Amino acid sequence: MTPRWRRSPYILLLTTLLAGLWLSARAEIPLNERRSSYADMSRDSKAMQDDDTSNPGMLAVLDGEALWKTKAGAADRACADCHGDARASMKGVAARYPAFEATLGRPVNLEQRINICRAQRQNAQPFAYESKDMLALSAFVAMQSRGEPIAPPDDPRLRSFRDNGRSLFTSRQGQLNLSCSQCHDDNWGKSLAGNTVTQGHPTGYPIYRLEWQSLGSLQRRLRNCMIGMRAETYTYGAPEYVDMELYLMWRARGMTLETPAVRP
Amino acid sequence: MARTLINVPPKAKRGEIITIKTLISHIMETGFRHSNVGVRIPRDIIDTFVCTYNGEEIFRATLYPAIAANPFITFHTVATESGTIAFKWTGDKGFSATESVKITVE
Repeated sequence: MTPRWRRSPYILLLTTLLAGLWLSARAEIPLNERRSSYADMSRDSKAMQDDDTSNPGMLAVLDGEALWKTKAGAADRACADCHGDARASMKGVAARYPAFEATLGRPVNLEQRINICRAQRQNAQPFAYESKDMLALSAFVAMQSRGEPIAPPDDPRLRSFRDNGRSLFTSRQGQLNLSCSQCHDDNWGKSLAGNTVTQGHPTGYPIYRLEWQSLGSLQRRLRNCMIGMRAETYTYGAPEYVDMELYLMWRARGMTLETPAVRP
Repeated sequence: MARTLINVPPKAKRGEIITIKTLISHIMETGFRHSNVGVRIPRDIIDTFVCTYNGEEIFRATLYPAIAANPFITFHTVATESGTIAFKWTGDKGFSATESVKITVE
């Protein structure tokens, strides 16, 4: 029999290892260490985002502004007819979405909110996800919150959906058997194929991504990561995505919105 | 009509070097891509950009398929006199867009 004094160091070592593993995994980023992936960009990309006459996302914002004022649908009504000047009425709105929609009994994101308005107030056809019009209008609305802190609503009805979003974010998926959290919570700041792994905060959506050569929504970005993990994507507008958006916005609470952001 | 964003200082001193920035929305489809059923997507790009200052051509660029969507072109000129700086983009499928801005030179 091994004497007691020879066994205990092993037990100690094992406990330390286990504790270490438990601590390193699923650790949410401390609030004061969070940063937008803007900080990881090159000087040129930053300059592109900072100047409204060189930021290609602003082209879509101009389209969105025109849409805001255009009468649409059987009701022959424009967004501006109800909401007036977007500069005042839409300020801070994007910072609060996704929000709970009582008629559906679940949260909706900004794009879905726009389509609900189109259906109920304008009697118009919904915009397709990632269509030029949807991206333009959501970019225009979201830009009114540029510079505002992300402020997820403190709504108890959202809690279970946010928890689901968190569990999707932290669960392993796909053929590579990875979770979002393994990159964006545990390994941010390190390199992945020449790129810096970001913290994954949704501070600038819809973003103009140079790789896409176009504007794209947060859901497009989430799909992008899921394809990278060789996981099956959800369809656009799926509740899973909205729950994830909800969690991501909560995770980025207090951070400044930069829509329309430019990303490499 | 394509959306454009132009950045020219509204006022400049005579002889000053000014920066002109232009951005235009365009898909710049290369003509080398194929659709998901194997049909070639025809080329659709802006091929020429011209800038004139009070009618005189001061800058010209020829664009090729390797240039990304929404071309951003920036260049410099010397502010000589007050007047109009005009821009013209032309391309495939009869694409044409024009824009002009006023500049005051003191």
